[in-house]
Amino acid sequence: MSLLKTGKLGYVLLAVWLLLLAAAPLLGDNYTVRIAITIAMFTAMALSWNFIGGFTGYPSFSTAAFFGIGCYVGAIAQRNGVPLVLAWVLATVAVSVFAAALGCIILRLKGHYFAIGSIAIVELTRLIVSSWGSVTGGGDGLNVPLLRGTPGEVAGMVLYVMLAILLLAFLATILVERGRLGFGLRCIHQNEEAADMVGVDTTRYKIAAYTLSALFCGSVGAVYASWVGYIDPTDSFSILLTIKVPVMVLLGGPGTLLGPILGAGAFVMLEEFFWANFLQWNRAILGGIIVFLIFFLPGGLLKIDYRRFLRRRAAAREEGKAPA
Amino acid sequence: MSEILRLEKVSKSFGGIHAVSDVSFSLQEGQIVALIGPNGAGKTTLVNLITGVHALTAGKVVFAGQDVTRQKAFQAARRGLARTFQIVQPFPEMSVVENVAAGALFGGGLGSRQEAEAEARRELAFVGLDRFADSPASSLTLPNRKRLELAKSLAMQPKVLLLDEVNAGLNTAEIDGALTLIRKIAERGITILIIEHLMKVVLSISERILVLHHGELIAEGEPRAVLDDERVVEAYLGAKFAARIKKEGLHA
Amino acid sequence: MDISQILANGIVLGALYACIAVGFSLVWGVLNVINMLHGSFIILGGYLTYFAWFYLGLHPILVLPAVALVLYVLGYLVQYAFINKVVAAPVLTTLTLTFGLDMILYNLMTVYFTATPRRVTLDMGSLDIAGVVMPGDRLIGMGLALLLTALLYLVMRGSSIGRAIVAVRMDRQAAALMGIRVNKIYAITFGIGALMAGAAGAVFAMVFPVTTNLTGSFLGKAFVICVIGGLGSVPGALVGGIALGVIESFAGYLLGPQHAITVGFLLMLILLVVRPTGLVGVKGYE
Repeated sequence: MSLLKTGKLGYVLLAVWLLLLAAAPLLGDNYTVRIAITIAMFTAMALSWNFIGGFTGYPSFSTAAFFGIGCYVGAIAQRNGVPLVLAWVLATVAVSVFAAALGCIILRLKGHYFAIGSIAIVELTRLIVSSWGSVTGGGDGLNVPLLRGTPGEVAGMVLYVMLAILLLAFLATILVERGRLGFGLRCIHQNEEAADMVGVDTTRYKIAAYTLSALFCGSVGAVYASWVGYIDPTDSFSILLTIKVPVMVLLGGPGTLLGPILGAGAFVMLEEFFWANFLQWNRAILGGIIVFLIFFLPGGLLKIDYRRFLRRRAAAREEGKAPA
Repeated sequence: MSEILRLEKVSKSFGGIHAVSDVSFSLQEGQIVALIGPNGAGKTTLVNLITGVHALTAGKVVFAGQDVTRQKAFQAARRGLARTFQIVQPFPEMSVVENVAAGALFGGGLGSRQEAEAEARRELAFVGLDRFADSPASSLTLPNRKRLELAKSLAMQPKVLLLDEVNAGLNTAEIDGALTLIRKIAERGITILIIEHLMKVVLSISERILVLHHGELIAEGEPRAVLDDERVVEAYLGAKFAARIKKEGLHA
Repeated sequence: MDISQILANGIVLGALYACIAVGFSLVWGVLNVINMLHGSFIILGGYLTYFAWFYLGLHPILVLPAVALVLYVLGYLVQYAFINKVVAAPVLTTLTLTFGLDMILYNLMTVYFTATPRRVTLDMGSLDIAGVVMPGDRLIGMGLALLLTALLYLVMRGSSIGRAIVAVRMDRQAAALMGIRVNKIYAITFGIGALMAGAAGAVFAMVFPVTTNLTGSFLGKAFVICVIGGLGSVPGALVGGIALGVIESFAGYLLGPQHAITVGFLLMLILLVVRPTGLVGVKGYE
């Protein structure tokens, strides 16, 4: 029995984990809270990616485009006097519309072509934002009106907002997984042609999945922009981010409910550890983790049969004790 | 008996190749009709045209009184035009019952997954696969995979079922089993169009035969009459043979 | 600037681009693997060339074959040890794997070579034909790039290895049935891809400064060229490369240099949707 079947244990652990994150402002210092926020952010984005990459099996690398647009729409709205939360909602809506429109075009592609198309979107949006200086500040970046309160208060608020987004994404995941959409997406993943023949409206379902994969990233982006107070094209549309998110889901277990949460948490903490201790080599180490992941954890952490592994260890120990 | 499916001058060209030319026929509700013809005659293409997999180059398809010429594949499924594949196309990592439930939920238009699963189990019992309901689809043997295809199609509540060489790869006993099943399906009131190579199958269950050759409908009618038709023999065996058989008779 | 100058600039640049992309196109077309290491291979070739010039005083043209060979061996080993295991895996896996490997190579280069731009300075004068001015090093660079591309073309057409590679690209299983050791062909093809990248890097080093910051943009250009020209074919890479060079040249002149790249990407996206097989080539596996 693997942890794949999300039983009671899984949900209990999830609740504990979320409470831990939520308690960061009380238990830790500013640094800890920052990490908690980062974990919450990436978890929300990983859960999002899971819709198109995990359930539907389309290798999307567009996450950074959605995040970046969310950052900029949120920032620009705020600079123009739109109240905070409304700006965030606006960003979410903008990203959803963008994703739906883009999806109509790009979801016709499959496999490699889809992957490249999705990366190209990131580059293209970055270049456009960079050049549209009058609106976006171009390469110089954009200042966002600062949030009121002490850094500690602000961080705490941001953390709770990010956790809220995470919960919404998780809820969406559960609803999709249990409903028609999830079933249809799985059919598309396993045999798109057969799904078509069985009566699944593949175009509509794929666009739905793609839009779901985008909207929470937009929210996260907008909140992030408000938090850091300054954004620029290179950091908002980062290729590294767009690759890290799928890797996190791969790490945890694509197509599962808890996989993205596990993967994002594990990855962010590993990354922080290596950044802090091996600054110069942290990229190589991350690369090494990715390579290791591909070779030794093809299904992600959740697909390892822990109980069987422990049983085998116990059996081996018994054998060791028995007289030769 | 009313007309359930009608094709009017249906044609399909791929570039310069005329896969289907000017085909017209109609199916009456409840009939079992066989579609035969040499390899490459365009039989599967015709099925693809009827079910919206390919767009027609010319002509019209009318299903239950509706013009469905421009439909997409998933719409055909939802309307009640189901088909099986020559090379079976399951959802490999799902269980057998989930495979069939997909048909019930999407094609059959059932409201919830529970209803779909209940319907799936009924169809699995009908085709005789209920033992394997919870096994992964990829673990089935070939004859059972064919049954799975059938169950999946039946779960879509079809009015017309297009069977594309269901008997390919089956041995004699398995074929007899398949024939019994097909008859049971017809008893449910479903119109069947069966693409077949095996004359034994064609003769034993079909009321009418359509013959396709180089994309054209060259003969149609009662089984015996069609098979004696000179043009049909020529299409399968060539002109020389046809002449010889005509001279010497079929059992010379 | 008049049109012939812009065009000439574009063609010269395009020849270089073709050389940069041809190895990438080959690997993608034959192995069905998107090699994210490609940009880093190019830069590595550039660095090796620079260091040979700087510390040993060797002219890049002389060093080129050696650099190409080193990269070939590196490519072969990478394929053998890593890529081979995942050739049949889905896109996400192979792309992420090569990305991970690239992160390692990139880090090694930034640590040991540092990102400061290194420039091989050669004074080769310039040529002036009918008002079109072209610096000597660029002309030689273009010449070399075309020569290498032509050599590769001849090898693919003429040698038995080349034919085997084409056979594998057309039909993996049929090739195996014909007695071709597909895994070995994969390794050789990847090696050739790396070789061409290294050679392209050497050529590039003669003309432009080399820095690790460029790995991403080389990769991006390789993508665009593959989509424009088609996968797995040398003529395709040539057409794609020159097309991109010319387009960037004109776009840069008309819209400003920062938009030159944007136009390339936009074109690629449009082509992906409209005609993914490219202008010349064969559609790759999906």
